[in-house]
Amino acid sequence: MSGSTATFDLIVVGAGIVGASCADAASAEGMRVAIVEPGPIGGGATAAAMGHLVAMDDDPAELALASYSLGLWESFADLKEAEFSRCGTLWVARDDRELAAAAARIARLKAADRDARLLDAASLHELEPALVQGLAGGMLVEREAVVYPPRVANHLVRRAQSRGTRLFAGRRAQALYRGGVQLDDDTRLGGPVLVATGCALPDLLPMLPMRARKGHLVITDRYPGLIRHQLLELGYADSAHGDADSSVAFNVQPRPTGQILIGSSREFQANDASVSPSMVQRMLERSFAFVPRLRGLQALRVWTGFRPTTPDGRPYLGAVPGAVDQWVAAGHEGLGVTTALGSAKLMIDLIQGRRPAIDPAPYSPWRMAA
Amino acid sequence: MREHYDVLVAGAGPAGLAAAQAAVSHGARVGLLDMQARPGGQVWRHDVRLPAAPAARQAIEALQGVKLLARHSVVTAEPSALRVETPTGSDLLSFGSLVLATGARELLLPFPGWTLPGVTGAGGLQALAKQGWPVAGKRVVIGGSGPLLLAAADTLRKHGAHVLGMHEQASAATVRSFAWQLRRWPARAAQAAGLRLRLAGVPYRCGSFVREAIGGDAVRGAVIETPHGTRQVECDLLAVGYGLVPNTELAALLGCALDEADAHPRVRVDALLRTSVANIHAAGEACGIGGLAVARIEGAMAGHMAAGDVAAASALLPRRDRERRFGALLARHFTLDPRLRELADERTLVCRCEDVALGALAGYDDARAAKLATRCGMGACQGRICGTALAELGRFPRGGARPPIFPARLATLAGLADFSPDDARRGNRP
Ligand SMILES: Cc1cc2nc3c(=O)[nH]c(=O)nc-3n(C[C@H](O)[C@H](O)[C@H](O)COP(=O)(O)OP(=O)(O)OC[C@H]3O[C@@H](n4cnc5c(N)ncnc54)[C@H](O)[C@@H]3O)c2cc1C
Ligand SMILES: Cc1cc2nc3c(=O)[nH]c(=O)nc-3n(C[C@H](O)[C@H](O)[C@H](O)COP(=O)(O)OP(=O)(O)OC[C@H]3O[C@@H](n4cnc5c(N)ncnc54)[C@H](O)[C@@H]3O)c2cc1C
Repeated sequence: MSGSTATFDLIVVGAGIVGASCADAASAEGMRVAIVEPGPIGGGATAAAMGHLVAMDDDPAELALASYSLGLWESFADLKEAEFSRCGTLWVARDDRELAAAAARIARLKAADRDARLLDAASLHELEPALVQGLAGGMLVEREAVVYPPRVANHLVRRAQSRGTRLFAGRRAQALYRGGVQLDDDTRLGGPVLVATGCALPDLLPMLPMRARKGHLVITDRYPGLIRHQLLELGYADSAHGDADSSVAFNVQPRPTGQILIGSSREFQANDASVSPSMVQRMLERSFAFVPRLRGLQALRVWTGFRPTTPDGRPYLGAVPGAVDQWVAAGHEGLGVTTALGSAKLMIDLIQGRRPAIDPAPYSPWRMAA
Repeated sequence: MREHYDVLVAGAGPAGLAAAQAAVSHGARVGLLDMQARPGGQVWRHDVRLPAAPAARQAIEALQGVKLLARHSVVTAEPSALRVETPTGSDLLSFGSLVLATGARELLLPFPGWTLPGVTGAGGLQALAKQGWPVAGKRVVIGGSGPLLLAAADTLRKHGAHVLGMHEQASAATVRSFAWQLRRWPARAAQAAGLRLRLAGVPYRCGSFVREAIGGDAVRGAVIETPHGTRQVECDLLAVGYGLVPNTELAALLGCALDEADAHPRVRVDALLRTSVANIHAAGEACGIGGLAVARIEGAMAGHMAAGDVAAASALLPRRDRERRFGALLARHFTLDPRLRELADERTLVCRCEDVALGALAGYDDARAAKLATRCGMGACQGRICGTALAELGRFPRGGARPPIFPARLATLAGLADFSPDDARRGNRP
């Protein structure tokens, strides 16, 4: 083995939004940090994401993490690089049944300190005239926002670097060993390791199962003002967290540029990154059903990404089962941009032996060792 | 709607026209599609005022039996089918075999002022003039490299423009050597001589290039670098093009291997123009810049191959090889002066869709990383212009292909056959 071993207080493997947040949080406490990333910063799932900062309320643990993180995101509201835009989230009900369910969701969000309110059909259309007629109403979460995830990841890495963090760019972590990590050029870095490699987690930690859940997105040319809020269907959670092999849901976002970003699709068993015309068709048809005017808009690009998905849908945040000084933060599925900041704080608290602000138990990787 | 063709030809320039003609001669059901309203491609682009070249007229008249699909823009590819957008809707065209004849586009390099109104490509301004854009009486400076400068000057003059000069970046010695070699292709030598004769009186300066465009709201003049120093000229239009690069986006989307030895990829084909994907052939500029004669011969070869006649295609091989050697000659003589890479400064826009200046790309050595951080290449042209320029400047190769090839209506991507704006307004309930 060639090369001497540099040592650090924490070696973060992977510079997606999760790894970048962890490196930022650790360096802010004066830890000596290394980051290892083979590709562009934020070039994995983070580059594909919509960047919607959103609280989902169907799992209490996920809601707690999101709520904690959304509070932390407020400090990025004025940061140019974040392209933070507080467009709010507008959940759309097709019928009275969906609208009735929204009331329960509002109560759950309120319990987690997230403000939301019910809209009748008339106020819904006043807020979003492009929506199709005949919808029952909606639920408005005014304070939610969208950001541009890869630039945030870049910013976080640079901020960490400004505090002395060393970036091993273009390098891949080859293997973990007791007391450190070995890179693909045979360099060894010594110190506690935090693995934040998203979908690639099993390469380094095969005992922690992870599936890649593919998604498609379409971006249009600029149509400022056509829609004003991030729009989702209230039936979204069924699609987002169901286990069906493939599903689509209405999920449309106004970018600060005036462009419109259209999602969302979910597929297991699709391992190649190529665009599937039939998934794009299903996804777009769904969006036309809610916003018919989308049909005539010019699409510039379609792309895909993979959501790192654990068997129970919760991220792994904590110590690697049975290992010493090995930590993991991965598996945030479709919410990792939202929950990255809270995940990072929680991780650094655990690593430093402090009590995190929220209960870490639901995310403990030990649940897989049981 | 889904329509099937035994042979589908994408691109109706000289290569595509020849391919369609060859394929239909075997009795195949042939479709020839192009995004333009008229067949002809670049060199035979329809001119609203001037008559077509006899060869172009013949090639277009020979299309009997071929289904001409004008204003059909290929936006995505599916296995054995292309999704095309038309002015009123979209179609899925399936094929037994496909000929890619998607041609080339102009290489534009950024220089200070190049985004001012009135600054275009050389071929770009030529195309505009043919489409009826008024150039009569306008003072035009042409710059860049290669035979296209002369062709553009010729067309512009025929449309009444006052061409002040042509500025070829290659040195006088190189251009002389090119002219000398040209004798091995007598037809081309004659063509070139004719062109020079028609352009007598228009200065042709070698070793000379446009350093900067000057103006406020629009271009008013150009700073020109010559072997004898820098000088400034006034003009109304400035047309600068540095040669051509193959259009490989459709091929890439279909999964065809590209040859990426140079800064600009081309479609990889074997001697009989087969791409790496079964039943897909490529011809003309898409396989590497070679000019009109190569395009016509390769088109015919690919058309025969697509219709299953290997012998007829093979018979054209010697002629094709000879013409390809001309392409190599062009490439050798019109390589770009390294100084052209230094023209753009920190503040010069590279990506005009997203307003990204060259300085913003400092520190990035990868197209994707630069794009994610700066939006360079994310706009309507999807890096077709800036990505190509940055590859030429030696910064980084262009990123991978993603649909759509050109901006397309969402309705098209959704596979809707008919598009009417009224439909979209009326809408339907979810
Ligand atoms: C289509 C789509 C839309 C989405 N929309 C949203 C949204 O609106 N809101 C939201 O909150 N979330 C959204 N997400 C989810 C979000 O993108 C992910 O949860 C999040 O980006 C995960 O971040 P990560 O850092 O864990 O993973 P990644 O961004 O994938 O980062 C992992 C990094 O690890 C690196 N790596 C891998 N192996 C190694 C190794 N051996 N050594 C070193 N480095 C390695 C990779 O190169 C990569 O950069 C979306 C996801 C998709 C796919
Ligand atoms: C701007 C410009 C000006 C030129 N001027 C001259 C000139 O004056 N003289 C000269 O000798 N040579 C000129 N050339 C060189 C010219 O490219 C070749 O000589 C000749 O036209 C090559 O024939 P081709 O059939 O390979 O390609 P082209 O003539 O370029 O034809 C390709 C065709 O494919 C179509 N196409 C491409 N992609 C798609 C898609 N996705 N969907 C639908 N249709 C598509 C295009 O619309 C085009 O009609 C010019 C080139 C350019 C780029």
